Amino acid sequence: MEQPSLSSDTQELSESEESVYSGLEDSGSDSESSGSAEEEEEEEEDEDEEEDEEESSGSPSAPQTQARGFPGQRRSLQDDSPLDEYEQDSSDEEDIRNTVGNIPMEWYQDFPHVGYDLDGRRIYKPLRSRDELDLFLEKMENPEYWRTVQDRQTGADVRLSEEQLELVQRLQRGQFGDVNFDPYEPSVDFFSHEVRIHPVTNRPADKRSFIPSLVEKEKVSKLVHAIKMGWIQPRKPKENVPTFYDLWAQEDPNSILGRHKMHVPAPKIPLPGHEESYNPPPEFLLSPEEKLAWEQQDPSERRLGFIPQKFRSLRAVPAYSRFIHERFERCLDLYLCPRQRKMRVNVDPEDLIPKLPRPRDLQPFPTTQALIYRGHSSLVRTLSVSPSGQWFASGSDDGSVRLWEVSSGRCLRSLTLGAVVRSVAWNPNPSICLLAVALEEQVLLVNPGLGDRLLVAATDQLLDSWEAPEEERVQPVRWIPASPEERAKGIRLLVQHDKPVTQVTWHAKGDYWASVVRNPGGRQVLIHQSSRRWSQDPFRKSPGMIQCVQFHPLRPYFLVASQRSVRIYNLLRQELTKKLQSNCQWISSMAVHPGGDNVICGSYDSKLAWFDLDLSTRPYRLLRHHRRALRSVAFHRRYPLFASGSDDGTVIVCHGMVYSDLLQNPLLVPLKVLKGHAPALDLGVLDVAFHPHQPWLFSSGADGTVRLYT
Amino acid sequence: MGGLEKKKYERGAATNYITRNRARKKLQLSLPDFRRLCILKGIYPHEPKHKKKVNKGSTAPRTFYLLKDIKFLLHEPIVNKFREYKVFVRKLRKAYGKSEWGTVERLKDNKPTYKLDHIVKERYPTFIDALRDLDDALSMCFLFSTFPRTGKCHVQTIQLCRRLAVEFQNYVIASRSLRKVFLSIKGIYYQAEVLGQPITWITPYAFAHDHPTDVDYRVMATFTEFYTTLLGFVNFRLYQSLNLVYPPKIDSQAEDELKPAEGKEYAMDSESYLEKLSGLSASLARAVAPTHEDEVEMDEFPVEGETAELMDAKKKEQEALEKHKKLFEGLRFFLNREVPREPLAFVIRCFGGQVSWDKSLCIGATYEATDPSITHHIIDRPHLDKQVVGRYYLQPQWVFDSVNAKLCLPVADYFPGVLLPPHLSPFVTEKEGDYVPPEKLKLLALQRGENPGAGYEESEEEEEEEEEEEEEGDNDKEEEEDESEKEEEMKLQKMEEQKTQSTQSNKVTAGKVRVEDKQRLEQEQQSEEKRLAIMMMKKREKYLYKKIMFGKKRKIREANKLAEKRKAHDAALKEQKKKKKKARQA
Repeated sequence: MEQPSLSSDTQELSESEESVYSGLEDSGSDSESSGSAEEEEEEEEDEDEEEDEEESSGSPSAPQTQARGFPGQRRSLQDDSPLDEYEQDSSDEEDIRNTVGNIPMEWYQDFPHVGYDLDGRRIYKPLRSRDELDLFLEKMENPEYWRTVQDRQTGADVRLSEEQLELVQRLQRGQFGDVNFDPYEPSVDFFSHEVRIHPVTNRPADKRSFIPSLVEKEKVSKLVHAIKMGWIQPRKPKENVPTFYDLWAQEDPNSILGRHKMHVPAPKIPLPGHEESYNPPPEFLLSPEEKLAWEQQDPSERRLGFIPQKFRSLRAVPAYSRFIHERFERCLDLYLCPRQRKMRVNVDPEDLIPKLPRPRDLQPFPTTQALIYRGHSSLVRTLSVSPSGQWFASGSDDGSVRLWEVSSGRCLRSLTLGAVVRSVAWNPNPSICLLAVALEEQVLLVNPGLGDRLLVAATDQLLDSWEAPEEERVQPVRWIPASPEERAKGIRLLVQHDKPVTQVTWHAKGDYWASVVRNPGGRQVLIHQSSRRWSQDPFRKSPGMIQCVQFHPLRPYFLVASQRSVRIYNLLRQELTKKLQSNCQWISSMAVHPGGDNVICGSYDSKLAWFDLDLSTRPYRLLRHHRRALRSVAFHRRYPLFASGSDDGTVIVCHGMVYSDLLQNPLLVPLKVLKGHAPALDLGVLDVAFHPHQPWLFSSGADGTVRLYT
Repeated sequence: MGGLEKKKYERGAATNYITRNRARKKLQLSLPDFRRLCILKGIYPHEPKHKKKVNKGSTAPRTFYLLKDIKFLLHEPIVNKFREYKVFVRKLRKAYGKSEWGTVERLKDNKPTYKLDHIVKERYPTFIDALRDLDDALSMCFLFSTFPRTGKCHVQTIQLCRRLAVEFQNYVIASRSLRKVFLSIKGIYYQAEVLGQPITWITPYAFAHDHPTDVDYRVMATFTEFYTTLLGFVNFRLYQSLNLVYPPKIDSQAEDELKPAEGKEYAMDSESYLEKLSGLSASLARAVAPTHEDEVEMDEFPVEGETAELMDAKKKEQEALEKHKKLFEGLRFFLNREVPREPLAFVIRCFGGQVSWDKSLCIGATYEATDPSITHHIIDRPHLDKQVVGRYYLQPQWVFDSVNAKLCLPVADYFPGVLLPPHLSPFVTEKEGDYVPPEKLKLLALQRGENPGAGYEESEEEEEEEEEEEEEGDNDKEEEEDESEKEEEMKLQKMEEQKTQSTQSNKVTAGKVRVEDKQRLEQEQQSEEKRLAIMMMKKREKYLYKKIMFGKKRKIREANKLAEKRKAHDAALKEQKKKKKKARQA
């Protein structure tokens, strides 16, 4: 009985294999998915039946046993015997009287039928009119009751046969369904490492295993060809060259490449100082404030890249956290940082200082403060020295003009005018004793009544000798003779302008004078003739904001300083002769050298420009001596001196020598910084003027004083 | 006038320079490749004199390379290797994608490699040139040799760096060319003099690095690639110059000594070789057996006058150098466990000392702690329980300070647990006007052969005694001292004023003319003249002058500040001492 049992076993195996490989769903899998135990039993029962059948037909399974283990070839074998295949298909073996298929039978619970037969007729449920009592009675009476089960599909009662019962019992005990199956059979290792005399399969070898492969031949021949042609190099043995050898065995110091001319070697890293030590002297450690300052500094601005620290012993020194960073930064510097050869200036700073003549050799010049004229209660805006040099007049914001004696420091007269005095100007003609005072919109011509009585009288006479012309001319200003009480004060004439007057200045002859009116865009400069009481506007259009004007001391020129430039007009020919570019932002004051060829301009951006009219229209020299805005500049009439007063409270006296030789440039040497004026209201020195004969300098300041330096 | 119109930027400086991007395009390289090429070939940007002209009128910030440099790069064989490598990577990726393992194998076998020998030769035509540029190479190799063997860069690179660093150290020991050592908070600086070239390098303290994230390791690796090649060749040449075998071999005699006696193998010979070498305790094998003859005596020529003096000075210097080289000759050191072994062993061996350490610390220990012949025992802990008589127990700073001072310093200041004297930088040479710390002055005096330290202390002691005797007198003395100090201070200040031409207001007051003030008046006048002359300076010169003067002033200010700080510190220390004494007396 061994033979059939073996065959059945193999049969089962083959079947399951087939189901896997052929991809067909067979009954085995069907039965698994169906629900209850009873049904399974049924199925098994069916399979049993099959087995029985197969047992009877043992011969056709023989080729299949052969084919086991060769799933690929299996299909072809099966094709050879199609009948066999259908014979074994268990799904055909099923009892298919009911055609509803594999569905939950509860769906037919409420119907009288359980499905349809092959012809489409309903299969009715067997009549079950029995109630509980009947069931109970049957259970008690029917001896076959325990082996009766209901077929779900047909609803009929089935009585299990003896064999089926035995099978159920075996399965319940966990034994194989087949009685004849021996689970403890010794296993045979077919595919072991041991070489058997018989093959596992009896399949004859293919023909292609005896003849040489054409494909391989082709490949080999290709390779051979490639090797012959040198396309494929045989694997080279690794050459064992020493990695390091004497590279500089024949060094040639002359073989410097072309690029080495431009080569800039990288600078070495600076060597560490005491402060980098792990145990520096105590003075190199930072105090808490310094440490704080260091932390607040930007890393790129720090002079030290680290905070010096002190450790008691070498053991306590930690790793430096920025070590890798620093190496990396060095790398970056080496390949990314543009290099340039820079010549380090190695000059002695003393050599940079220009060699100038010593001030001592350029005397006389004012050096010390000699007198202080006190009396004004507000800032002294303006100052003018009489041509004789005996008196000077000062005008202040307190609304008064004071006349002082130079040598004694006494205030001789004080005219209270009641408004801010913008400018005073003493008539430069020594034979006329007259003072022009700019007072808001008026210009007063004042006879101070100082000095020679004859001179005073002559001046009055000169002014009074005017006779009104026959035909009245239209004038830009009104000339008003002074009233008796004003006359008592000394005022002789009032010239009424239509806008506030900022500056008055006399012509050297003493007859003409000019006034600057603050009237942006309109008429700004007027030239007056006091003897004829006649005024005129010299310009057709205004050349910008005019800061100050000046008559040329020798030639019939008229200098007009606007914000940035100085224009020089020829009054006779009535044309512009020159325009000087000052290179300053805003000119504040101007003075003309008594020689007439040089002009200096002070500006609010603390520069002083010296122009040589013969040289160029650009400044010959820009002097930045003052720290703050320049308010006034002045030339000495006789000595080669000029002075500038500034908001920083100082007056700087400079030597300004002009040579008659045209080839020699003027020599400018600062001589003395005169201090004394206390800055008030952000203003320092407001006006400076030289004494006509002596090397003395007057300065008026915002502190309400006038000072004399000798 | 006929002729073509001259176009701008077609001649002159504009044609000599090329921007980085244009250079890159000209070389047909990607930016990383270009960067690598520049690093390897040592090409760097140049700052043109007139940037705007070169930049064709634009003021945009650009880096410029010399066109010549870039043309020079065009012929570099390595450029082709870069391209080959790119192709190799592409092929390899393809093979991986297709799972063609055979191809992968073959490709990997034929991986394109390049050598940097010719570049080294080209960048450093002579050996001296190479030595001059060795600072960065050494620092980098020493840094890389401390990296962990994981991530960051190739293990081979790290091993190579370690090997080269150890080789160089061994050379320095063999040639006794170390001159200066400095323990800074960043690491340890060494300065060696090789063939007359000072070579300075820094090594980090032996701790694990916390690798920063904002560092591009590729750049560093490229630099290291070049530096290792350079250092390898330099090492070879240096070993050759000393008749040593390269790659270095430990002297067979020394090797026998090093062999563990009990037969306990530490590791395989090949593995432990580098470690033995890095132990720095064994001498190296020579290619030619050393003949124990004296150094070649310099021939003496009869010389006259100045040259003779010069020669004399030179001779003296030479003698001092020889003495310095043999500083630790005959001394036997033992390093305790907590002491950093490598730097100390290196320094001691460089000056002829013998050194050993605990056997568990590192391979290469030659004698044990109990050896009675040990003269100096270096420890870095507050106190040691079992002290052996007959040897000095010293802190490690003594070794470094002695090396820098070129003489064995008195040991008293360096006993364990003692507050160490400050460790000064040997690289600073003070010029006139610089601040010199008092310790340095003391050291200079010591070097001259005086013994100011003892005298100083004695005087201090005397002073203290006086204090005990009579406090008032002491006070008087102090006051006197103070006064004299004040006077000095005043003088100093005056000098400073002169130097800095402070713009203090000097009012000219009319009145009595003092006879003794004549000089001062003169000075004032001169200073005013100077001030006025400065006013007349041209703008550019004035700027330069002010800058120079600012620098000078700042230097003086800093020196003064340091001196003041030191004074305050010393005063505080004195006060403390006094208090302690009083407390003791009470």
